[in-house]
Amino acid sequence: MEPCLEIRCLSAVLPNERRVLRSVSLAVQPGEVRALVGESGAGKTMIGKAVLGVLPKSVRIVEGEMLIEGEDLGRLDAKARRTLIGARTALIPQDPLTALNPSRRIGPQMTDRLVRILGWSGEKADKRIRQLLDEVQIREPERVLKCYPHELSGGMRQRVLIAAAFAAEPRLIVADEPTTALDVTVQKQILRLIAQLQRDHGTAILFVTHDLGVVAKISQKVSVLYAGKVVEEAQTADLFASPQHPYTRALIAATPRYTDPYASLKPVDETVLAGLADEIAAADRAWRPSHG
Amino acid sequence: MAEPLFSVRGLKVALPDMTRKPLIGRTPLAEILKGLDFDLPKGSVTGIVGESGSGKSTLGRALVRLIEPSAGSIGFEGRDISHLSEAELRPLRRDLQMIFQDPMSSLNPRHTIFNIIAAPLRQNGLGDRLKERVAEALQRVGLPQSFAGRYRHELSGGQRQRVGIARALALSPKFVLADEIVSGLDVSTQAQILTLLEKLAAEMGLTVAFISHDLSVIRRLCRQVIVMREGRIVEASATDALFDNPKEGYTRDLLAAIPLPEIDANWLQPPAKVPA
Repeated sequence: MEPCLEIRCLSAVLPNERRVLRSVSLAVQPGEVRALVGESGAGKTMIGKAVLGVLPKSVRIVEGEMLIEGEDLGRLDAKARRTLIGARTALIPQDPLTALNPSRRIGPQMTDRLVRILGWSGEKADKRIRQLLDEVQIREPERVLKCYPHELSGGMRQRVLIAAAFAAEPRLIVADEPTTALDVTVQKQILRLIAQLQRDHGTAILFVTHDLGVVAKISQKVSVLYAGKVVEEAQTADLFASPQHPYTRALIAATPRYTDPYASLKPVDETVLAGLADEIAAADRAWRPSHG
Repeated sequence: MAEPLFSVRGLKVALPDMTRKPLIGRTPLAEILKGLDFDLPKGSVTGIVGESGSGKSTLGRALVRLIEPSAGSIGFEGRDISHLSEAELRPLRRDLQMIFQDPMSSLNPRHTIFNIIAAPLRQNGLGDRLKERVAEALQRVGLPQSFAGRYRHELSGGQRQRVGIARALALSPKFVLADEIVSGLDVSTQAQILTLLEKLAAEMGLTVAFISHDLSVIRRLCRQVIVMREGRIVEASATDALFDNPKEGYTRDLLAAIPLPEIDANWLQPPAKVPA
């Protein structure tokens, strides 16, 4: 089966030539949830942004390919690339408040995107949005469509954005820490909704998170990142059953578990971090000559 | 049962309700804490858990008297401090210290780490032997002495939070309020900061109110737990009792909502009964 998203050997640098992505490769099959997990600075959000073509100007891709359903983004001109990304991908962002225009009502914001990017009629877009609001279990769609973003709770705003993301039937959704700002009980509802819609629509998700607990619940496959490098890639069940990389083991042991307070919350060992530093340095030595 | 350091009875706090700001006149008050009763035993670490809007941070701020309660009493070492004036509170301040959630915004960017830690010492008449005392404070939190000359932007998140702890503990307080002190940190750093606080609290015999939204962290660190919701205490008990046998439905919901880092295919299944 052709992967929905394929990233091959992607490297990106900052203006000072420091690498922020280090030969990242991964594939997301259709209808699959792939988690990208790592601590701050690991490059997980950067990968999501690269896929959506919204990297900051300071970050330059120097190597590698990204394919969406077999189409190589690098071979398309800027306009064709934007059209392809717009039609086949969507984003569920971390902070729904900044992702929504504060001065416009929810309804027009949601339909606009479908009309502008996909060329749908207003009527078709409106119908579609109402259907999706129903799927994300918003009980009073009329009221919500007339609201301004600040009039909704965090959980409601995130539901609206999930509905908006699925509305255009994308093949791939990049979910960037979509529940990090939410309370745990709301987080559980939102994760449940994402999983439900993902199954119903057969959408592939690249799920960016720092939380191994969320990884365990939502994903089928996972890539563990450190300093822009994939240090381990596995089926999620295998990762938790038998983590291979020392860093993965350390991360799992550091994650708090109320069921096992003394076996969790273990600080990451210095030798693990030293080993990672060596691994990164070795990877950079091996990489540089071809670009010297 | 140890003698309580804090003994709180019928505590109510009302704050201006910014969602109902009138054009003229005073902003109406909203009751944030609706009558709380609890004790904090001396030398114990108590977890205060709740979701946003539950009033857990307001409770913390009332304990250290950053805000004045509208009703009830806050007994601190047997003395009601709930309505003391700022002048009357001053001698108590050194015993009531705080560690904040975001060390970036709670550390002055223009001051060296030395001056940040020295400030409370100077204000409390401990200006002699400053170098020695600051060195001791840095050592206590595992920071090298060379950090004294640095500024906050030169430090990592975990190092900044160590400075926040060093500052709070410099005066050897009786009570420390720790409000979401690890929620902005990566798990590896979080584990370091928590084990540090755990060790220091035991060594110095501190009484700590540890406010957090994360029950997993609370179980490890705290001897007793107060679960809050909408300005009230839902359940308060010894930590093991609360986790092994939660009495209230809300506590059980909170526990069930925590995504543990282990595979559980049923976790995302919709609940059997639809909540009303």
